[in-house]
Amino acid sequence: MAGNGDGVTLLGYWASPYALRVIWALKLKEVHYEYREEHLPDKSPMLLQYNPVHKKIPVLVHKGKPLAESLVIIEYIDEVWKHNPLLPQDPYHRAKARFWAKFADEKCVPAMFRAFSKVGEEQVQAAKELRENLKTLESALEGKQYFGGETIGFLDIAVGWIGCWARMNEEVAGVNMIDAEMIPLLSVWFQKFLELPIIKECLPPQDKLLAHTKEFHKMLMMAALT
Amino acid sequence: MASGSVADQEGQVMLLGFWFSPFVKRVEWALKFKGIEYDYVEEDLTNKSTLLLTSNPIHKTVPVLIHNGNPIAESLVIIEYIDETWKQNPILPQDPYDRAMARFWANFIEEKVTKPSREALISQGEQQEKKVKELKEAMEVVEGEAKAKLNDKTLFFGGGNGVGYVDIVLGWTCNWMKTIEEVGGFKVLDPENQPQFHKWMANFREVPFIKPTLPPKEKMVEYSRMVRQARLGLVANK
Repeated sequence: MAGNGDGVTLLGYWASPYALRVIWALKLKEVHYEYREEHLPDKSPMLLQYNPVHKKIPVLVHKGKPLAESLVIIEYIDEVWKHNPLLPQDPYHRAKARFWAKFADEKCVPAMFRAFSKVGEEQVQAAKELRENLKTLESALEGKQYFGGETIGFLDIAVGWIGCWARMNEEVAGVNMIDAEMIPLLSVWFQKFLELPIIKECLPPQDKLLAHTKEFHKMLMMAALT
Repeated sequence: MASGSVADQEGQVMLLGFWFSPFVKRVEWALKFKGIEYDYVEEDLTNKSTLLLTSNPIHKTVPVLIHNGNPIAESLVIIEYIDETWKQNPILPQDPYDRAMARFWANFIEEKVTKPSREALISQGEQQEKKVKELKEAMEVVEGEAKAKLNDKTLFFGGGNGVGYVDIVLGWTCNWMKTIEEVGGFKVLDPENQPQFHKWMANFREVPFIKPTLPPKEKMVEYSRMVRQARLGLVANK
């Protein structure tokens, strides 16, 4: 069990799903950490110093050494704190988990963002692509309760946030993203995952997130018009 | 004895590839570095084999590694699998922080160098200018890392005289980048302003197990030209 002597700091932003999945990893591993909120779009000198390449959160600082990129951070956490393993032990299953996390980040998330930020035909196409890619992602469940099997693991925390953000995004942008008929198993998994106490208690306040999402959408729509 | 596909044999390693693909090349470098014997299957990307389509139904691309009948796709995922399955000649560092930094740089290379390079090859005008600008900025970062990490005693990012994960991920630049520049009609390589990177490329090219794998320039130029023309032709005909 990790104590304060480990010196773990997380630079995050309350509305960031990438910071959230790192928080989930830290919570599952019972790692004590100091959380520092970045007041984006302003970036603190600490953030600029610790992530000079991308200047983005999340950044994990452990024993004075910084790490960026949420999935890289999660794998690091998994390797340093060995109890409650996040990735499977077997190399082939590990490869599958990494493959699907990459698929979600590269195929589902950009489609979701386009469906949220575009209008007209572009939006329709993006939403269709998102729904199809979520259907593909569903196949990775392979009839299990969670991607990790009986309990949640790396892939669950890598992609689970999409369930929360997609519901909010589809409400605000007015386009269907989670089609329960098309992805019955994934829909059930999203619900179960987001209801788990350790997961739910870390979610940003939903009313605050909804207001933030509406504000962001307004900005995007105005930018699209100019 | 039931005869399944070659891939069903225990321990059998098969790589589905394409001669031009830098992603396939990376996986070959990882296999050769570890001294792993494998069967190589050259795919015709215009007429993909059933094996490829069933092994990688999601992306339908090479490389695909098939080991013990299990298919693995995505070059970086495959390399980590190789490193975890065969313990000799480690590719990733042992220390968790160093491993994380290696993964960080691999991601950076993919997002900021590999992807924009491909996009610059198949675009023109303003679109291409945008990608070239991105590339130039990324190369400044790469040169910075090379300056910080490499010297006369440390030739590679893997440390010392041996290549490592970052070298294998970045390695495609040593040969493909010049071809992409030439065919795409732009300049990103700058020996004057990227001295350490150019030293690294020269050293990488000469690594004994790497050198014979590099495809001949004329063949690469011919293929790249065909790809560029096909993609630009598609855009023009829309």
